[in-house]
Amino acid sequence: MVSHINSEERQKEIAAFERDLERIKDGRGMLMLALHLAQNRFGYVPSDVQRIIADTLKVPLSTVYGVVTFYSRFTLIPRGRCDLSICTGTTCYIQGAEELLKEAEETLGIKDGETSPDGNFSLSTTRCVGACSLAPVVTVNGEVHGRMTVQEMKKLLADLKKQYLSQPESNEDK
Amino acid sequence: MSMTFKKLKEIREETLNRMNLRGFPSDKPNAPYRWSVAICMETSCMSSKSPQIKQRLLDLIVRDGKENEIEVVGTGCFGLCEAGPIVIVRPGDTFYYRLNVEDIDRIYESHLLGGEPVRDLIYPESITEDGYLSYFEIPFMAHQERVALRSSGHIDPEDIREYIALGGYEALYKALVEMTPDDVIDVITESGLRGRGGGGFITGRKWRATQASPGDEKFIICNADEGEPGAFMDRSILEGDPHSVIEAMTIAGYAIGSDQGYVYVRAEYPIAVERLEKAIGQANDLGLLGANIFGTGFSFNLEIRLGAGAFVCGETTALAASIEGRRGMPRSRPPYSADKGLWGKPTMINNVETFANVPYIILNGAEAFKKVGTENSPGTKVLALSGKIKNVGLVEIPMGTTLRQLVEEIGGGIPNGKAFKAVQTGGPSGGCIGPELLDTPIDFDRLAEIGSMMGPGGMIVLDEDVCAVDVARFYMDFIVDESCGKCTPCREGTKRMLEILIDITEGRGDETSIPRLERLARTTELASLCGLGQTAANPILSTLKSFRDEYEAHIKEKRCPAGVCKALTNNLTKDD
Repeated sequence: MVSHINSEERQKEIAAFERDLERIKDGRGMLMLALHLAQNRFGYVPSDVQRIIADTLKVPLSTVYGVVTFYSRFTLIPRGRCDLSICTGTTCYIQGAEELLKEAEETLGIKDGETSPDGNFSLSTTRCVGACSLAPVVTVNGEVHGRMTVQEMKKLLADLKKQYLSQPESNEDK
Repeated sequence: MSMTFKKLKEIREETLNRMNLRGFPSDKPNAPYRWSVAICMETSCMSSKSPQIKQRLLDLIVRDGKENEIEVVGTGCFGLCEAGPIVIVRPGDTFYYRLNVEDIDRIYESHLLGGEPVRDLIYPESITEDGYLSYFEIPFMAHQERVALRSSGHIDPEDIREYIALGGYEALYKALVEMTPDDVIDVITESGLRGRGGGGFITGRKWRATQASPGDEKFIICNADEGEPGAFMDRSILEGDPHSVIEAMTIAGYAIGSDQGYVYVRAEYPIAVERLEKAIGQANDLGLLGANIFGTGFSFNLEIRLGAGAFVCGETTALAASIEGRRGMPRSRPPYSADKGLWGKPTMINNVETFANVPYIILNGAEAFKKVGTENSPGTKVLALSGKIKNVGLVEIPMGTTLRQLVEEIGGGIPNGKAFKAVQTGGPSGGCIGPELLDTPIDFDRLAEIGSMMGPGGMIVLDEDVCAVDVARFYMDFIVDESCGKCTPCREGTKRMLEILIDITEGRGDETSIPRLERLARTTELASLCGLGQTAANPILSTLKSFRDEYEAHIKEKRCPAGVCKALTNNLTKDD
């Protein structure tokens, strides 16, 4: 993810993204794919990227914005380098997902849907990752951690803080 | 390359010969293996480190040069996810459970080199006085019958040859070469197969309608947008046996006259997407997808499209809108997808599990399929059993199995000595089925009769610690989040119902609460545009039916009998 890098790096990423778009622009119904590519590359879909997509795929900018805001996977604010997501599907809910969310919100100082100002952490809830046998589950950058308890959540959060706050922001982790 | 029946048979023979340890008879087994070790490579087991276990075992085998004696296979789901990561050693189907990475060293030394199974790592319920039950003999597997999951756990889903070894793509050959499109549709119709996505519509009729609809261009869509919380059936099929879906979609394409298919998968299922991509690539390489399949002149292409986290996209018209690159909002029907679907062209949409049944029906005939199940719901159903139940996992049962058999026998009952309260079926569109209805057989019509629905197959077991009103509130909160906002009854009705439920759980309910909920429920049901709104009140109506006294305790006594609703916990909670 490249949401917190300098402008020169960002220009490079934009250029690379434009090349991605060139490859797909002639296909039918490519807007969703374009947005997935953008979200994965930038960690969000900023307005200048929306404009590039609109121009390249020849769809109105309003349509692009409409689609971005309809789907929960696309975001208008950058996801953190450490993207923590708490599953709040039914099975996880009845096994105590709410307490895990509370713990994460308190420890990270951000609410569900927010990213910390330093760009290190983002917190979100998701409706079922389909790993119900491990309920309640938490994902860290997509990796599933199962059978979580508040105790284990505390430990996980402490580990993540150590990991992400000790190292300076790097441009490597895309 | 172009595929012929002869080549398909050759691949089958060749591959079967090295799979003899996995329980498949082969005329001339040539595998030198003494042991075959199957390791589950499905999301749940993978997050409990099954890839590391597999790697460690491979390292040991290479270290000792035992490559020709021990086969290691990454497979799809065995079912009992609760016991993951699962490792099965064959012959014997010895079932090792909840392994740590270092445990595999002991299994390697003792079982694979020494022939002595490691007793303390074996699933306790499979240990008998004089030996060990095979995985397929444990109580969890009783009553189960695997059709849609027939290959899951036996084959490596990333190797098309293993799918072919079990008869894969022979149904496609049979359809393309020996049957007309009408024959194919007739068999599917006769089989009585109904849509496994939850609606239960007769599949053959859908195929027929799309075939009959005029148009040069038609589409096949596989709905793999398994958005219902507590459901992982389709994910498991795609991860464990992706070719069954690819083969079925191609057969459907031939039957209705379409040369283009799309699989619409949730982006939340990265492993399923990766396996499917790989599988489509392999099928293309072998000429089982693409141009002129089996030299018949029939061509079929398949593409994956990713969802982006919108529950409503499980609705067919919303799903089509999403593939087209629009907001996933449903539209009123008619026209139906069979006439005007994707890009306004005739489109046939089936769910993953429905497709997974198709090759079996084409190969074995409608009668074989109808041998299991009930008269109006033939076949089996894959269910995801989770919640407050001992054996959490993926099960496949004949239709007509009762909820009691599912909970008590397959599921092994409620853990920690707690009492059973309800089974939640059908997700946000379904309902909670209380203890008085536990003897209801699981089939489309019987579940609908009691005010729930089959749904895609998520079965979440609730125990006495769960509050019925809170569960209804949970689902309504979900629906309010996911309502697309296009039609007023759903957008406003669900919001108002949620407000009333929050009032009840926070001690502000009064005597008007329940009547208002019931009226709103009726309006939303009747007037909403799509299935999401039409069924949104089911969690409320079904909990009111089985647990009305609990609603009344919240309202009249300001008391939450289960002790869940925090605002009411100062008042007397638990019944005891």
